[in-house]
Amino acid sequence: MDIQIRNLSKSYGPQKAVDNISFDVKTGEVLGFLGPNGAGKTTTMKMITNYLQIENGEILLGGKDVTEPGIKKHIGYLPEHNPLYLEMPILDYLAFCAALQKVPKSKINHQIQKMVRQCGLNAEKHKKIGELSKGYRQRVGLAQAMIHDPEILILDEPTTGLDPNQIVEIRELIRDLGKEKTVILSTHILPEVEATCDRILIINQGKIVANGTSETLRKQASGNNVLKVKINGADNGTIQQALLNIPEVQLVDIVKDSQDKFEVQSKDAVVNEAVYRLCVKNNWVLHEMVPFETKLEDIFRDLTLN
Amino acid sequence: MSPIWIVTRKEISSFFDSLVAYVFLIVFLLICGIFTWLYGMFVGDVFIRGQADLMAFFINGALPAIGLFIPAITMGMIAKERKSGTIELLLTKSLTNSQLVIGKFLACLLLIFAALVFTLPYLITISQIGDLDLGRTLAGYLGLLLISSAYISLGLFASSITEDQVVAFVLSLIMGICFFILFSILGNNLNGLGAEIFNYSSFFSHYEPMVRGVIDSRDVIFFLSITFLGLLLTINQVSKRR
Repeated sequence: MDIQIRNLSKSYGPQKAVDNISFDVKTGEVLGFLGPNGAGKTTTMKMITNYLQIENGEILLGGKDVTEPGIKKHIGYLPEHNPLYLEMPILDYLAFCAALQKVPKSKINHQIQKMVRQCGLNAEKHKKIGELSKGYRQRVGLAQAMIHDPEILILDEPTTGLDPNQIVEIRELIRDLGKEKTVILSTHILPEVEATCDRILIINQGKIVANGTSETLRKQASGNNVLKVKINGADNGTIQQALLNIPEVQLVDIVKDSQDKFEVQSKDAVVNEAVYRLCVKNNWVLHEMVPFETKLEDIFRDLTLN
Repeated sequence: MSPIWIVTRKEISSFFDSLVAYVFLIVFLLICGIFTWLYGMFVGDVFIRGQADLMAFFINGALPAIGLFIPAITMGMIAKERKSGTIELLLTKSLTNSQLVIGKFLACLLLIFAALVFTLPYLITISQIGDLDLGRTLAGYLGLLLISSAYISLGLFASSITEDQVVAFVLSLIMGICFFILFSILGNNLNGLGAEIFNYSSFFSHYEPMVRGVIDSRDVIFFLSITFLGLLLTINQVSKRR
């Protein structure tokens, strides 16, 4: 089931929470939803789950409007802050969720066992939810979202409160699920997006500011390929001039406070080999050659800080 | 299984898990027992009355007890779900606003029904000490159920307009005081149209004939209309989301 979002808007009073956004998520794709606090991520997700009314625009799930009755059983949703019935035992809670999502009675037990296994709840399964630690509560939240085997998963900050081991497990689980299901997940943890998502969508103040894989985002943000090199054997000026003479190179900076470090910028071309050959030709010593990757953090800051 | 029934079942099991139901049932039976057998307020207890009927139970015992307990049962029904955010969980599942509200309504009504079933020993014992008019008594029970369903729907409405359970409790208690007491006092003390309106709106004026054994379809329709209106207002509140 794919998700199509067309010209979606929602405002709270004079403030536009979501401002005319459109995007698609293909079946079997994991979309990472990024943005600073208050950018409109949660509002968008709440509209996709039909919890909030759509003000303008439309959301189609597998070609059907999200407000159509019967569509909700295809959606699994983990809300922000993961609300749960603390006084309920885990197994009862999962059975309740399964029944509400119209899982046939004969399959409920099987599904519960599957979720307990997948989400690693086995050791704690006889406890009440209120007795669980935050990480386990998060697992229960994930389990209730997936109990009915939905085709679409909407996860609002799924890994908050988990320890690093659990985060890795949950990421693997999401990756695994993402092979056949359509997943949208929001997060503040940037490495998480790179680890789990096929595509990244960054929104700021209700508008989409970037949409693509992490590589395309990097390209867009930096523009140039940057190579950090450390070369010995001549004075800085000579080396800088020689580097600039390489045809593809556009800019060479001498790194501050250093004798022999340079930043070589080039457009669309990789100049590693040319730099190496230059050093060989002049009998210079090449100590370091590091391709510089723009960090996702920097891209995020660039796009969302005005 | 219908989504309404799934919600009802969950609410009932949480009544009994959290001891709310036990406390409610015990105190309800205690109050009803005291006013039926030991101490009469408005109509006198069964011995002062000298009649083998459940009048004391219907007027002195059950009615004030219901008036107090229904707000306590309904106050958290929607307010708590709102406050903890679990309402978002429920309504993003295959459950509509009205199914949620009706499910909760039925759970409350069933709890009251259970409490009334537990008062059957009073009925049996009283029937031993004299000639009990069974039809009249059953009409009284029907009245209690109808008045409960109307009051539950008002209580749910109070719970749906706030996130604070205490506010919901006070609001439904105020509504209860109006419908149970204030309107009938005003009805008795005013003249003309005002009196008619207040008398008509008073729960008591529709309940009292049933306790006497008169089931008038107008009274039944009155309570059912209030129930329906309360549920409609509640559903409307639940479907409003910011």
